[in-house]
Amino acid sequence: MSAVRGVVGRAVAGVWWYLREVSGETAYDRYVEHCRRHDAAARVLSRREFERRRQDDRDRTPQQRCC
Amino acid sequence: MVDTVRTEPAPSRGRPPLRSIVVWTLVAVVGAVSWGVVALVRGEEISALWLLAAALGSYAIAYRFYARFIVRRVLKVDDTRATPAETLRNDTDYQPTDRRVLFGHHFAAIAGAGPLVGPVLAAQMGYLPGTLWIVVGVIFAGAVQDMVVLFFSMRRNGKSLGQMAREEIGVVGGVAALIGVFTIMIILLAVLALVVVNALADSAWGTFSIAMTIPIALFMGFYLRTLRPGQVIETSLIGVALLLLAIVGGGWVQDSSWADAFTLSPEALVVALVVYGFVASVLPVWMLLAPRDYLSTFMKIGTIVLLAVGLLLARPTLQNEAITEFASTGDGPVFAGSLFPFVFITIACGALSGFHALIASGTTPKLIEKESQVRMIGYGGMLMESFVAISALIAASVIDPGLYYAMNAPAGFLGDSLESASEAVAGLGFAISPDQLAAAAASVEESTLVARTGGAPTLAVGMSQIFTDGFGVGAQAFWYHFAIMFEALFILTTVDAGTRVGRFMLQDTLGNVWKPMRDVSWKPGLWLTSAVVVAAWGYFLWAGVTDPLGGINQLFPLFGIANQLLAAIALTVVTTILIKTGRLKWAWVTGIPLLWDAAVTLTASWQKVFSDDPGLGFFAQRERFSEALADGEVLPPARSLDDMEQVVTNSTVDGILAAFFALLVVIIIADAARVCVRALRDPSKATSTEAPYVESTLVAPSGLIPTRRERELMAAASRPGGDGGGGRHARPGADGDGGSLR
Repeated sequence: MSAVRGVVGRAVAGVWWYLREVSGETAYDRYVEHCRRHDAAARVLSRREFERRRQDDRDRTPQQRCC
Repeated sequence: MVDTVRTEPAPSRGRPPLRSIVVWTLVAVVGAVSWGVVALVRGEEISALWLLAAALGSYAIAYRFYARFIVRRVLKVDDTRATPAETLRNDTDYQPTDRRVLFGHHFAAIAGAGPLVGPVLAAQMGYLPGTLWIVVGVIFAGAVQDMVVLFFSMRRNGKSLGQMAREEIGVVGGVAALIGVFTIMIILLAVLALVVVNALADSAWGTFSIAMTIPIALFMGFYLRTLRPGQVIETSLIGVALLLLAIVGGGWVQDSSWADAFTLSPEALVVALVVYGFVASVLPVWMLLAPRDYLSTFMKIGTIVLLAVGLLLARPTLQNEAITEFASTGDGPVFAGSLFPFVFITIACGALSGFHALIASGTTPKLIEKESQVRMIGYGGMLMESFVAISALIAASVIDPGLYYAMNAPAGFLGDSLESASEAVAGLGFAISPDQLAAAAASVEESTLVARTGGAPTLAVGMSQIFTDGFGVGAQAFWYHFAIMFEALFILTTVDAGTRVGRFMLQDTLGNVWKPMRDVSWKPGLWLTSAVVVAAWGYFLWAGVTDPLGGINQLFPLFGIANQLLAAIALTVVTTILIKTGRLKWAWVTGIPLLWDAAVTLTASWQKVFSDDPGLGFFAQRERFSEALADGEVLPPARSLDDMEQVVTNSTVDGILAAFFALLVVIIIADAARVCVRALRDPSKATSTEAPYVESTLVAPSGLIPTRRERELMAAASRPGGDGGGGRHARPGADGDGGSLR
């Protein structure tokens, strides 16, 4: 029983991990990590600021969608 | 027959394990038997699952053997070499990304309406030619193109196809490629928009559901911007729920007094789409495009999975013939021309798509972690696209052939009533009674299904049958409108994104001449260039909608030719690189697909330009109608002198475009041949355009499932200071498989 629960739990966790990665939800975590790694004293943008800047960047870099 | 895939033995030393030999022999046998059934059984209906098994077996063998051979012997991938994601890492454009996540992004970017619509139209030739080309084409051409372009772009720090054409071939080739990409994109947008118009015309249900996607996307945009920044999954789930509500709501609206407000003529829909296209492309991305993109991606992946599961559960039998007589006579009602070259032109994206070369030389190469992953992402992604195309072909082949032709022949051919449509279909050698036509329309709650060209409605009917049979829940009308919504949604996303890309290209080009244009956020420039792009595809859309000969019939071949010619450009560029880098011996890997593709597309262009059959050649058509016009005659299906004039104008424009596309490609191939000959005569002069070798410090698996050795390496790499994080999914360095050794 607990083995089954373990498998199901891992599968759910895997799907959740995949969805968060694919949808870009983890971009902010990565950014914070990036900041810390490079300069621990630098000001880190808040999530709101970061997401806003990321969205606005997309205005300047068009992404092709295929046929 | 087909799956005796010509592979070379893998260069590994020692004998492969017995288990591997047994498994691959089994896969080969299943594939071969399925192909045998598909190709040889005549006179009785066969199950659609044979097509799926034949395709999947062939994909597995091609991926295991042919793709591996290309990666190892031809491209010589080197996993000790750092990719641009590692060397240029800035955590925005360049960033090592987990291969499975990148596969998702890449697939979402390449998959669109093309592989759904093309096979539906190609079903006119029967299911066999389409299936063969979708499978053989993807294995030897489409997936190879995607993977090789991805590889070469990656070796050049993510250069675009246009930049590579300029550097490898020269200014002429580069400029021709740029003009080619731009004009081809305009035709693409017009044809896709035409598919949407044909699916929504006179349908209050469909129009309401699609119209509702605009407020839903706006709501999601503001929600993500202000209330819950970055919560994409949550926002998308709310969006999908609202979307399903909009589909159900469409049924209520259709039966209410609002129905008239949402029952639009094709012409009114064109105006609405053009206005929408303009507004959507000048609004900030976060407001409309980004949320729309999330929605359409979720819907796309969800529906493809649903279709695959539905097929397995419903196990439909194919009603279509294996090969229809239109394959040889070339006078089918859906599109003119015989099997060679037009089945290849029509299928387009599901087997070989030039547009993928733009994606494979865009963002994907900047995110890839390991060189060997080009196989999974480039080759594997395209195999998946091909699988979508096979599913679409099946969906079109499980519906009654009489209904298929009543839906896909041009309106002018079918006449105004159910009786005339029934007679016209009988004239083609198929049978469907007026009552059956009425019943088919009633079952999906549409006013009529006659002449609903463009492929989307046919696919939606096929899908709704599969879903209703397979899942046993939901009315057919719901599933029909679900399918229409799914297609229209991502076509509109493509239209929006494509208009933006076209605008950027135009701004960039004009910026060379007039400086203020270079600033992409300069408002007047932005509005002007957006308007130009929208007007360009809007013109073709309008011409297609009002074309008395049927817009899809006229424009789809042009779209297919354009897309395949873009593939010819991409294959030319990569073949040139192979030759310039001293790999003449392997140039056939992309050279043979190039020759085939060039033969197909140039033959098609030649026939479209020079054929004296007015049903096929644009200029023959022009001559026939302009002569009649001079005598004041009206030739059916035109109904007035205005119609006649329009046919003359459209066939002139279409003919010139077909000739222009072909000319561009001939220029590029000729220029590339010159460069190749020069490189072969004096190999010392060939300069390398590759980024220099930098040793990689990243550890990541090549394929979907890590091998034991890769697991050990990753474990070793994450040990010093690694936060471990057990479980298969919590990858070392949790985000994007960083696994850095630094």
